[in-house]
Amino acid sequence: MSFAPIYNFAYLDEQTKRMIRRAILKAIAIPGYQVPFASREMPMPFGWGTGGVQVTAAIIGPEDVLKVIDQGADDTTNAVSIRAFFAKVAKVATTTHTAEAKIIQTRHRIPEKTLGEGQVLVYQVPIPEPLRFLEPRETETRKMHALQEYGLMHVKLYEDIAKHGRIATTYAYPVKVEGRYVMDPSPTPKFDNPKMHMSEALQLFGAGREKRIYAVPPHTAVVSLDFEDHPFEIQHFIEPCALCAATGVYLDEVILDDHGGHMFVCSDTDNCEERRDAGHRGKLAGHSLEAAE
Amino acid sequence: MYVAVKGGEAAIANAHKLLADRRRGDRTVPALRIDQIVQQLGLAVDRAMGEGSLYDRELAALAIIQARGDLIEAIFLVRAYRTTLPRFGYSNPIETEKMRIERRISATYKDLPGGQLLGPTFDYTHRLLDPALAEGQDIPAPETRPGDESVAPRVMDLLAGEGLVEPDRHNDEQEINGFQREIGDLTREPLQFPLERDLRLQALARGDEGFLLALGYSTQRGYARSHPFAAEIRIGEVEVELDVPELGFAVSPGRIQVTECQMVNQFKGSAKAPPQFTRSYGLVFGQAERKAMAMALCDRALRARELGEDITAAAQDEEFVISHSDNVQATGFVEHLKLPHYVDFQAELDLVRRMRAEHAAQAADQSYPEAAE
Repeated sequence: MSFAPIYNFAYLDEQTKRMIRRAILKAIAIPGYQVPFASREMPMPFGWGTGGVQVTAAIIGPEDVLKVIDQGADDTTNAVSIRAFFAKVAKVATTTHTAEAKIIQTRHRIPEKTLGEGQVLVYQVPIPEPLRFLEPRETETRKMHALQEYGLMHVKLYEDIAKHGRIATTYAYPVKVEGRYVMDPSPTPKFDNPKMHMSEALQLFGAGREKRIYAVPPHTAVVSLDFEDHPFEIQHFIEPCALCAATGVYLDEVILDDHGGHMFVCSDTDNCEERRDAGHRGKLAGHSLEAAE
Repeated sequence: MYVAVKGGEAAIANAHKLLADRRRGDRTVPALRIDQIVQQLGLAVDRAMGEGSLYDRELAALAIIQARGDLIEAIFLVRAYRTTLPRFGYSNPIETEKMRIERRISATYKDLPGGQLLGPTFDYTHRLLDPALAEGQDIPAPETRPGDESVAPRVMDLLAGEGLVEPDRHNDEQEINGFQREIGDLTREPLQFPLERDLRLQALARGDEGFLLALGYSTQRGYARSHPFAAEIRIGEVEVELDVPELGFAVSPGRIQVTECQMVNQFKGSAKAPPQFTRSYGLVFGQAERKAMAMALCDRALRARELGEDITAAAQDEEFVISHSDNVQATGFVEHLKLPHYVDFQAELDLVRRMRAEHAAQAADQSYPEAAE
């Protein structure tokens, strides 16, 4: 017997890609609606981006340039692994520069640089159902979406305010798409929610284990749920990035020692590098992160 | 530093090199061969084939070696390969009645047409560690007799003759709410709840043995008790047949070994169905008796809706059981917690810090009047 399997371009067979493309087209036609699709086993584990990988595999062409980020960084282990996968099975060019990428696959962040027309942002989604933690049953949540019965979600947000004085959801903050479907933006920090609104880029969401694809087409209204007296607001960081001095970007906290010393650096590593190349300097610039260890 | 801002690529390559080294172990010990695994760890191979949903002993054995004996990892490897294979068509239903039987037992009848055949079983062995095995002692050839060409009828069919058991469905199409519907395929169509029994059985057949075992066990201990009897368990080879439209007749690509378990369950009747024995079913690739029995117990529990029984226990809850029975999905999602989550964690950290600050401020305010007293 032969132990040398040969895989198709971008791994998936053409029939499977066609099936996924149909689901994507339906998702684009009904913004925010979760389209069931026959998710395949991929050569990486469920929960590690198989939904995003299948969406990317279905839309990528040989001429496309791919960027993969995880937690905003191009060099986190899983991003490296997924980028290497497509470089191997599709032989596509890869980049870390947001502006150069045609397809950006992401986990947990939206790049700081505004995405433009023709770019596609592919999100890896663990739990696509925004109502799942309020109602565990698929048969029920499907009905709730069909009837636009989102009272339960508002009650949850209201209870947050009653108990904690604020909405205590910091990531995977629910949004309403084009005034119809309540959607989970994937576990991005709510800081990124406003970037989804009226974006020029196509946003596709793939949940492999849960077998759902959904989409936000370009120029679509994406509004974070809130109340008139408790309007939605994003996180604000007090310090600028310690490396590039950027403000108004999402920062990661890096622990420097065991006496509570820490610094804040850009979560979007590409944006940070470009700023440093352009001459911006934070208070710890000049020390690489490794040196800061 | 775990948060590799740079250098993730080299770290991954080195980790995989180390994995390969640990997999091989001491180089003075001979490396495992595929045929050794197929021959001597046959039940592990069968589990990897069954839950991997791919009947190929050599590939399953390769997966077991590659996974260093971690069966869930091996199942994952088999599934990830299986998903790339083109689909030529669907075989005709296998006829387990015509099985070339190696083991066949019934717990409901002392003797029956076709007889009871113990076959290669751990049952009635004393579980005493055998030092002779460690010494690689020669094993004597087993007792054999010429094969029995007569068909051993299925026990359920014997029972059904009396009308005591609910009728079985036959065709490869089933009637649902008055509509004929083709049998589903959960590997090609997205699962959507509620399911019919065809898709449930498919999901159970590839479901995790341990999970189904625990759920089946829970029904025996009173969580949706189903009063089961093992009417028949049979293990052996069956012919696979495939209709080829160009030829106009069925051809056989080969034989596969399967384990089939049919249980009968006492049923007192409900608004939907009269008192009778009900059926439950388990069918698994290879020799996998525990899995087939657990599958049948789960199948019966999950028929609660169809039979009009109260749904009171986890094993009867279709969304709960089927959504969590796939170990490839389960292990992926549990283990994804190893991936960095520092963006989300940062968001939570920020919130908790602010809430603690407010809490402390409030506590200070409230303690003020007391201090004044």
